[in-house]
Amino acid sequence: MTKIKSLLIALLLSLGVSTAIAGSHGSTLDVVKERGKLMCGSNTGLAGFGNPNDAGVWEGIDVDVCRAVAAAVFGDASKVEYVPTTSKVRFTVLQSGEIDVLSRNTTWTVSRDSDLGLDFVGVNYYDGQGFMVKSSLGVSSALDLDGASVCIQVGTTTEMNLADYFTFHGMSYESVPVETNSEADAAYLAGRCDVYTTDASGLWASRAGYPNPSEHVVLPEIISKEPLGPAVRHGDSQWADIVGWSLNAMIIGEELGITSANVDDMKGSANPEVKRLLGVDAGYGAMLGLSDDWAYNVLKQVGNYAESFERNVGMGSNIGIARGLNALYKDGGILYAPPFR
Amino acid sequence: MKNNFIRKIIFDERSRSLLIQTLTIGIFAFIIYILVQQTAYNLDKRGISSGFDFLNMSAGYDISIRLISFTSEDTHLRAYFVGLLNTLLIAICGCFLATILGFLVGIIRLSSNWLFKNIAYVYVEFTRNVPVLLQIILYYSILLHLPQIKQAIVLLDNFYLTNRGFFMPSPVPKEGFGIVIASLIFAIIASYFLKKYLKKRQETTGRQYPIFLMNSTLIIFIPVFFYYITGMPIEFDNPVLKGFNFKGGMVVRPEFLGMLFGLSIYTAAFISETVRSGIISVSKGQREASKALGLKNNLVMRLVIIPQALRVIIPPLTSQYLNLTKNSSLGIAIGYADLVHGFGGISLNQTGRAIEIMMIVMLTYLSISLIISIFMNIYNKSVQFKGNA
Repeated sequence: MTKIKSLLIALLLSLGVSTAIAGSHGSTLDVVKERGKLMCGSNTGLAGFGNPNDAGVWEGIDVDVCRAVAAAVFGDASKVEYVPTTSKVRFTVLQSGEIDVLSRNTTWTVSRDSDLGLDFVGVNYYDGQGFMVKSSLGVSSALDLDGASVCIQVGTTTEMNLADYFTFHGMSYESVPVETNSEADAAYLAGRCDVYTTDASGLWASRAGYPNPSEHVVLPEIISKEPLGPAVRHGDSQWADIVGWSLNAMIIGEELGITSANVDDMKGSANPEVKRLLGVDAGYGAMLGLSDDWAYNVLKQVGNYAESFERNVGMGSNIGIARGLNALYKDGGILYAPPFR
Repeated sequence: MKNNFIRKIIFDERSRSLLIQTLTIGIFAFIIYILVQQTAYNLDKRGISSGFDFLNMSAGYDISIRLISFTSEDTHLRAYFVGLLNTLLIAICGCFLATILGFLVGIIRLSSNWLFKNIAYVYVEFTRNVPVLLQIILYYSILLHLPQIKQAIVLLDNFYLTNRGFFMPSPVPKEGFGIVIASLIFAIIASYFLKKYLKKRQETTGRQYPIFLMNSTLIIFIPVFFYYITGMPIEFDNPVLKGFNFKGGMVVRPEFLGMLFGLSIYTAAFISETVRSGIISVSKGQREASKALGLKNNLVMRLVIIPQALRVIIPPLTSQYLNLTKNSSLGIAIGYADLVHGFGGISLNQTGRAIEIMMIVMLTYLSISLIISIFMNIYNKSVQFKGNA
């Protein structure tokens, strides 16, 4: 009889498990609020984009997107837990619901947007794939790289661009696959490969960390478009809007000249767009399912896009990348956020 | 009647156990059904495509370590075969090396030489108690610290050792090479019959012949003879440093060597213990008896001890081969392009078909393991006691 009893219990348990699986699909915003923190998929370590500093605090332009989302949702930019992901596992981690947003120098492509079941919600860095070599090799163009060994991170768009580029130009190469940025640095510095290729921003970031940065040159060719931006799971438009507009708020903040230092003063501004953005005119927060001061919190705690850029990757940081394409549209770049109304 | 049926189920042991077993299978099938159903539902709900059509799409990435040609325009299916062959390559080479090393160390551990015995002991205890992944990474890091390509170590002419691999000349057969191959096959067949004949003579006359020596001479001498007679029909394509890398010749990559050293040195430690226990399991009387008959030490080992020890050694040896094969999936850590790295990693990432690809990869490992088991079981049967005991 005990056998039958335990069988019955097993049956009930298995039913319970399956209903539990079926029932775990609330809206992402509710799940995040209930959890009390944002789960953010970040890089395993890429200076300027997503990297823990000496004190163990995550920093970077991608990290700032997650902090902005946390500021918008909780009014506290520090309520984020970072999940370091390699380029290979990042989509699976997002699809499975382990993270709420993937902000990890990830290129927006059509297949990722559709086939992988993701939604890219904006671009926080316009990048392109470049090549870095040791200056002692005397190479001045990527077209001189025939026969070279190339270090490449697996599971990236750069891996496929590289194959296309070399095939198109009739050149051969040996691909040396690595998992992470730091493995690539190690293999490149040891001379396992002649060339390290990834997004140009990543090359500059790596180069800044090398013992003698001047011994390495980033070649002039940029062989691809790499719009990097945060992605969320497909199918929750509200959550996609929140993440997308957290980023937009930072860009609009720069447009309107609102910084973390002057945001309190700007609340008194007569500019109607500033009043809408900072929640002085009520109602816009509710449209997103947030409080009215959400954008105020973003700008107060994270700062506008220019502040984030300069702090992490700009000329003021040790990476030293110029704004270039990432300047506002009115300053000669292509950064352009939809109007806040 | 109805009452009788219920009584039977409750009180008749056979009917009762039948009912319980049916129920268990039913519940198990139900759980599987729920899991499959739920997965399909979740995939669909999240807008993730599924299916096996991706296998015919072009892969878009390159694999450098490969046994068959592969370009980025080939399909994911071909990437699968490239990975499968690399997995088999490392498994076969690894098992081969591990077996030789394992037998050697196992026998040394039983030797009476204090120094050798203890070196072998330290080796076994160290390697089998450190995770194999760490050992693989260690050997790979050492290989990466070999000289860079421009400062290659020259071993003999045209053999170069660098941190990009071991470059060596590759043989290119010319016209007439077929004759050399044919002579080799002939020599092997001839040596088989020679062995049979000499064994028979030994049985009838009692005279012993150096069969091994005679046969190896035969197998080496005949092809070499024909090689020179046909005018040396092999050309060597030498590696030449041109631009960034060596062009021509063959190369063994450090990723492969790292895996080979890591897996075989680790597994050999376990095999040596198996061999040791196998030899110890042969009773002392056997050794003493064969010595009393006047057999020399190496003959005692070869004719008396090893054949009996094999009965104990083979089953655990099989599981070591299986372990090595499965551990080859650690190639992912150092970029060895095995099945898990290329198809199970990059293809998975590019197409997002995690469930499909993982199922294919798992079934592949299962098949490889089962095939190894089948062959080892056949071999095991052949070394077991024959007779009517």
